[in-house]
Amino acid sequence: MATIKVHGNFFSTATLRVLASLNEKSLDYEFVPVDLRSGEHKKDPFLSLNPFGQIPAFQDGYLNLFESRAVTRYIAHSYAGDGIPLVSSDAKKAAVEDVWAEVEAQRYEPPAAKLTWELGIKPVLGMATDDDVVKAQEAELAKVLDVYEARLAHSKYLGGDAFSLADLHHLPTLKYLMASPVKAVFEARPHVAAWVADIMARPSWQKVLAC
Amino acid sequence: MVVKVYGATYAACPQRVMACLFELGFQFDLIKIDLQSGEQKQPQNLLRQPFGQVPSIEDGDFKLFESRAIIRYYAGKSASQGGTNLLGETLEERALVEQWMEVEVNNYNPLIYTMVLQLVVLPQQGQVGDMELVKDCKGKLEKVLDVYEERLSKSKYLGGERFTIADLTHLPNTRFLMEEGGMEDLIKRRKNLHNWWLDISSRPSWLKVMDLPK
Repeated sequence: MATIKVHGNFFSTATLRVLASLNEKSLDYEFVPVDLRSGEHKKDPFLSLNPFGQIPAFQDGYLNLFESRAVTRYIAHSYAGDGIPLVSSDAKKAAVEDVWAEVEAQRYEPPAAKLTWELGIKPVLGMATDDDVVKAQEAELAKVLDVYEARLAHSKYLGGDAFSLADLHHLPTLKYLMASPVKAVFEARPHVAAWVADIMARPSWQKVLAC
Repeated sequence: MVVKVYGATYAACPQRVMACLFELGFQFDLIKIDLQSGEQKQPQNLLRQPFGQVPSIEDGDFKLFESRAIIRYYAGKSASQGGTNLLGETLEERALVEQWMEVEVNNYNPLIYTMVLQLVVLPQQGQVGDMELVKDCKGKLEKVLDVYEERLSKSKYLGGERFTIADLTHLPNTRFLMEEGGMEDLIKRRKNLHNWWLDISSRPSWLKVMDLPK
């Protein structure tokens, strides 16, 4: 029986972020679907797993965690010897990877999440896309990707020579954005485009998409 | 080796870094970046921080930006050298520290950042802040702080029984709420949260940051 449980759903970018890291490590886990439509995530017993009422929630034996990027960091460190390394064992290299993981969370995620909502999720829920928001957020994303383009011109991955959490954390929003008109913003920047193609082709990510 | 910190004494993210360096006993020089004149967006600073923000650090040849990456690095360095441990002792403790650092990034900082923009930055630029937005943020913050209150009723500090970077990372934004933000009642009404704030804000490292000349 798997000691690891992930409570979430397959539309949720945060849930997919955790699943991607588990797959990179070749770890077994039990997936527990959470019914957002009925508000399951805002009630007990789910609230005892994440008091902010958000998915995913994560369990490894008696350890209970939430916040997807804390979970991926826990998986990267606690299972360092399993599967693919997701964090460098060199402190300085790990720090540089962490810089770009922060960039993902602080700079990339805000426009990426809003665009994912407008172009990826709203249509599925039968809601109308707000074109003004899309236009504004696309402009924000372009500014961030200009910095990425400069970075990736001399670094194979965002964090350095090796694939790390700094890259992995982008995969769930990329899933939606590269299937939308916003993919043009990525494709217009050759180093960014190559990096996107590389990380999205990873077998561990393909396995998440097949769930 | 004295670490160079590029930033300003009154800005939240540089304060996060300086508090951490004081806690850990790592010496640093603050090199002032004139935020009012937009020096952070000038080419020289863009080489240090490509998004045109502060802080960034230089430790010999080693350079970093993003305040939370910087504090993680130095916390890790101190712990691995047998110095002050602000990361957590076990893997599980470290995971909980990470969890509450992420909570600050995702559930706390965005609300406070929005309020700082509307209440301080826009007026400084001669514009009117959106008070409806502030009201909306305050309402959301009430619910978030209820979760913190619950956590701190069971645990002395956010990550566990020890002060860690999970608590330290909250210092600058919480100070704003208590002072220019004019929302000290949000904290004072919650007994455990208030006691936690009194505890962490009276640490010598934070008092040193507050004493730095503006």
